[in-house]
Amino acid sequence: MQVFTDSSPAGSQGSRTPAGDPPADRLLAVAAGREVAAEVHDRVLAETPVLEIDRFNLWYGSKQALHAITMPVPHNKVTALVGPSGCGKSTLLRSVNRLNDLVQNVRITGDMRLSGDSIYDPRMDVIELRKRMGMVFQKPNPFPMSIYENVVYALRIDGENSRAVLDEVCELSLRGAALWDEVKDRLHDSALGLSGGQQQRLCIARAIAAEPEVLLLDEPCSALDPIATGKVEDLIQELRGRYSVLIVTHNMQQASRTSDYTAFMYLGRLIEYGPTTEIFTKPILRETEAYVTGRFG
Amino acid sequence: MNSEQGRPPRRLRSAHSSLAAHGEPLVWLTGGALALAIAMISGLLAFIAVRGAATFWPVPLVELELADGRRVLGEVTGRERVAAVDGREAFGRTLLKTATFEVTGNHYEWFDDPRVARIVQPEWATAVERLEGGRFHGLPLRLVHGDKTVAEGAELAWREFERIQPAVRRRVREAVRIDRHDRGVLQRQLRAARLGVVQADLRSGRDSVAYGAAVREEQAVTARVHERSALLDAETTQLRGENAGWGFEFEAAGGETRVIPLEQIVRAWQPNRLSTMGKLGVYLGRWWEFLTDDPREANSAGGVFPAIWGTVAMTLIMALLVAPFGMLAALYLREYASRGPVTTAVRIAINNLAGVPSIVYGAFGLGFFCYVFGAGIDEVFFRSALVADNQPTFGTGGLLWASLTLALLTLPVVIVATEEALSAVPNSMREGSYACGAGKWQTIRRIVLPRALPGIMTGLILAMARGAGEVAPLMLVGVKKLALDLPIDGTFPFVHPEREFMHLAYLIYDVGFQSPNSQAAQPMVFTITFLLVAIIALLNVAAIWLRSRLKRRYVMQQF
Repeated sequence: MQVFTDSSPAGSQGSRTPAGDPPADRLLAVAAGREVAAEVHDRVLAETPVLEIDRFNLWYGSKQALHAITMPVPHNKVTALVGPSGCGKSTLLRSVNRLNDLVQNVRITGDMRLSGDSIYDPRMDVIELRKRMGMVFQKPNPFPMSIYENVVYALRIDGENSRAVLDEVCELSLRGAALWDEVKDRLHDSALGLSGGQQQRLCIARAIAAEPEVLLLDEPCSALDPIATGKVEDLIQELRGRYSVLIVTHNMQQASRTSDYTAFMYLGRLIEYGPTTEIFTKPILRETEAYVTGRFG
Repeated sequence: MNSEQGRPPRRLRSAHSSLAAHGEPLVWLTGGALALAIAMISGLLAFIAVRGAATFWPVPLVELELADGRRVLGEVTGRERVAAVDGREAFGRTLLKTATFEVTGNHYEWFDDPRVARIVQPEWATAVERLEGGRFHGLPLRLVHGDKTVAEGAELAWREFERIQPAVRRRVREAVRIDRHDRGVLQRQLRAARLGVVQADLRSGRDSVAYGAAVREEQAVTARVHERSALLDAETTQLRGENAGWGFEFEAAGGETRVIPLEQIVRAWQPNRLSTMGKLGVYLGRWWEFLTDDPREANSAGGVFPAIWGTVAMTLIMALLVAPFGMLAALYLREYASRGPVTTAVRIAINNLAGVPSIVYGAFGLGFFCYVFGAGIDEVFFRSALVADNQPTFGTGGLLWASLTLALLTLPVVIVATEEALSAVPNSMREGSYACGAGKWQTIRRIVLPRALPGIMTGLILAMARGAGEVAPLMLVGVKKLALDLPIDGTFPFVHPEREFMHLAYLIYDVGFQSPNSQAAQPMVFTITFLLVAIIALLNVAAIWLRSRLKRRYVMQQF
């Protein structure tokens, strides 16, 4: 481990290089607007991707929020997106299921592919696309209806009305979200009566009810207390291997505990992307190390 | 504490030096404003409630004997003091409701205290409410039938009267029901047959088979109606015959005697003899009549049932019309329309609509709904009535057009409230729904609308309260001084939204300011106002109850 002797001076966004090293700071270069190639570990590239992000740029009005992001998201693995606030993690996540379409003045170039299908193809039906993904948000957002109806919402809007199918999906999803035992006796009570942690697990159950190809988690624990956070993290561990998960998080411990791969982003650019163990113990870039060890950001 | 540093501690300014910092004046200011508002509103409501509820309470009848020997009998309805002027001393005076117009020539009269020699409360003093001619005050003498005296003396006559009166009253009501209802049905049958002939003429000409059939049908109907009419005549003649001859002779306060036919008496009571329970009985009986009967004597007596019916029906129809319109418009404005100068302009225009004087809506309703829309309907569906009687059906004011006009009037309220409610639905819910693969409309129907429903109900409650109390536009589009035919009855097609109707708020104006004897009608005005406020409150309570149920179901939050 390298030792940093001083904290960053006020006003500078980059980290100080350790004494004696040449000032080859990629973060400063990024802040200055220069193009910087991402360091992507070979083991990531060796995985089968479920989602491929291909030179993806995004602008809010005239402000560019994502710069040529290229990253494969491995199949049935948990991939964490980390980086300081405003670095574009959530924007990238919301671009995957095209929720950014709802925001005015958004412009994109590049593409993403879900199991080989172009997401931004003009012929792509956005509603069909979203049905192939599940998403969980920062704040639990259960719908104003019963627990049961919340879970089977995706099926309902798809026109599924068979009681047997709905019952089965409801139980499977709630079991999958480790919530079944807590709510099985009150499935038809309002979902708004659940605690915050339960609500978030309900949202996860809702997201996996339609057997999504990718599960998108946008800081799912940021509004929860430590115990509820622990439960949701355990749940993510259990989803590992069964679902392809893309999770945005601010919490380094959470990323290191729950994910197989970690991508570090900064100011709309992918900086380093590799197996979580390597990112957290011996990253290629000092900047990554500085961030994941909490010395910057 | 800081003494060792050689510096005196910094003195805080006195806590009393700045009231503004404590904020107490503001607490008083805001609290005072609220208290004033509550005091004004509750004062108004209490005034209306007390005056309105007191109208039907039987007040003692007092007899004043004046210095000149004249005697008057009446209810004390007011006292005041007349100030001393030019050496004359101050004195009090009493306002007496003397009624008995045919004897006293007055309904109300002031009596100066110095002129009054004696005040007594005669035990048998009787107040009689009549079908025509207003209230009568007098002392009972005898009950007569034709030339025969049935019961002599106040006590016997009164006992006999109480025995006979219910049957007499029942026969009077039955005769009125036959005249108004059964004969009305016959009239409508005749008219329908007559219009059928005109219709056949217009459609196929006079030589056609259909015309011949219609003429034969009319003849048949006419014959049937005449037959039935004769039966009804016999029935009413019998009913009236049984009542005829019965009379109650009274001595009015001046000593004059009058015989009041029993069929003319709606109700009589002797307030000076009544126990509290008896008074309560009279009180409730008069309320019951007020709520369930048709009006009498230019609306200044009797009941207001048609007006209650009209007010409630109009308000509910208005709510049914305005709710979907307003909700759809607000949905488009908030959920679909892209934000830009046009949307902003539309929003400002809607807010401004709420400030347009209601009479303008009335004029618009008359000009558009009645004269354009209604006339068009008449032209297509009711041409025969137009040709034969020169009488519009939908082309004039009516319940439907009045409800539509008020729906238009309250539309801005509903749109604005719905928009507020929609924008209060958290965006995270919409996004959650989209992320599940729901389309826009699915999201609105399943997530946004249920969640916004309580807020939308609030808007609807405000709209109903505003609409139910509105008078000015209604005067143009269908409210009438007297309209006893309710818009729903037993004749085909059972619902008659084209009919004119009565309305409580208009009744207040009519009874209070258009009646020939506005002083006598004043208590009635308070009672009607009280009733209208109560009905609006009732409608609101119902809507609020519905809203709280919806809220429990959709918006309960645990945090």
